[in-house]
Amino acid sequence: MMVDYEAVVIGVSAGGFTALTELLSLMPAGFPLAMVIVQHRNDDHANYLCHHLNKHCKMPVSEATFNGQILTGHIYLAPANYHLLIERERLFSLSVEPAVCFSIPAIDVLFESAADAYAEKLIGIVLTGANDDGSLGLKKIRARGGLAIVEDPRSAEVSTMPQSAIDIAGADHILPLPEIAGFLAGIAHG
Amino acid sequence: MNSHEKEELELDLFIELVKRYFDYDFNEYRRASIKRRIQQLVVQNNLEHICELIPRVLYQEDFRHSLLQCVSVTVTEMFRDPRVFRTLRDEVIPALTILPKIHIWHAGCATGEEVYSMAIILKECGLLAHTTIHATDFNQASLDIARRGEYPLENIKQHTKNYIAAGGTSSFADYYSVKGKLAVLDPELRKNIDFYHHDLAKEESFGKMNMIICRNVLIYFRQDLQERVFNLFNASLTTNSFLVLGDKESIDFSVLADIFTTISSSHKIYRRT
Repeated sequence: MMVDYEAVVIGVSAGGFTALTELLSLMPAGFPLAMVIVQHRNDDHANYLCHHLNKHCKMPVSEATFNGQILTGHIYLAPANYHLLIERERLFSLSVEPAVCFSIPAIDVLFESAADAYAEKLIGIVLTGANDDGSLGLKKIRARGGLAIVEDPRSAEVSTMPQSAIDIAGADHILPLPEIAGFLAGIAHG
Repeated sequence: MNSHEKEELELDLFIELVKRYFDYDFNEYRRASIKRRIQQLVVQNNLEHICELIPRVLYQEDFRHSLLQCVSVTVTEMFRDPRVFRTLRDEVIPALTILPKIHIWHAGCATGEEVYSMAIILKECGLLAHTTIHATDFNQASLDIARRGEYPLENIKQHTKNYIAAGGTSSFADYYSVKGKLAVLDPELRKNIDFYHHDLAKEESFGKMNMIICRNVLIYFRQDLQERVFNLFNASLTTNSFLVLGDKESIDFSVLADIFTTISSSHKIYRRT
């Protein structure tokens, strides 16, 4: 059955800088889905990551803004020190409620709200990381009919987070990083 | 009807009940965050479904309190985002020195940490004595904490770090004494602060201000309510006064944007012309 996906949400923690650079630089210009990313990071690197990815990606990269409409073909990064949520109207919301899994932004918060907003039109991806954030969110994405992809823990820089996602949520596809990009590009071409 | 549709229906019913029973309209809030908050209330009460909260609204004595606590839970600390306070100190407060009397409205002050931070800066700039800080929140329990001015001692290290980064010219230890596991802020700081209840969604302007600080409150509101609050602020500000929003908030989306000039785009400090 063909599904028209609308958005990809990605959660990544330790090892994320390299992983995001590799994955996102492989994404073709004009990729017809919105990509929304939570990368655990500290304040100091917030702007740098955005700037860096913009240099290496064919898709435009910007920080998700409150009140901002989510556009397809765009990559959005969660700002540091705020949780990022997606509204049914395809708008971003931000929140400063307490950390989840010791993280703000937390992957679970993005994933759970995105699952509500997009249901089966959503792809959730968990990449390298040293904690278990994203596992419950990915579980919810699957429960709402979305597709779950997890980076192969054997080739991930830090295997804890992808392994936890597989254990708790399960996955439709477990792939090494370059194949994730290929898979997404394939979906775009139907 | 699948489980998701049921959940959304239950949320709609709960929001409608809260509106009719408590007169808080959470339809004016961002749905994703309010849903998250209410789901946490379900978990805290050892329940399974949102609809099980409905009898609690009607028959549980202190449910209004639990609801507001849950909805207004925020992370705050003294001098949160110290660079904002540094910019206020260096670029905004000097403009206030010419005023015989200064009125500052801190809207949505929660448990008060940032209000006392402002009081400390004003004191160090020699302005506190002729300033009144009107600190308001819609959550009475938060205001009670704010009025006490006692915060967990374990946070003092972070507060001190922030104070220094915010350009504090004294020693932060001068501003509190230790009582058991609490840091008790100098009662002198409180003298020029009025804490009182005010609901931004429902209530009117209560005076003309030289500065309004409202950080990380509008992020929870839908655009209609944001616009109403901007109107309220506009009506409450004197000419050449200042508006300070949260780092990720902005007045750009408002029809009132033209009335304000930007003092700091990174710290969302505006001046009303």
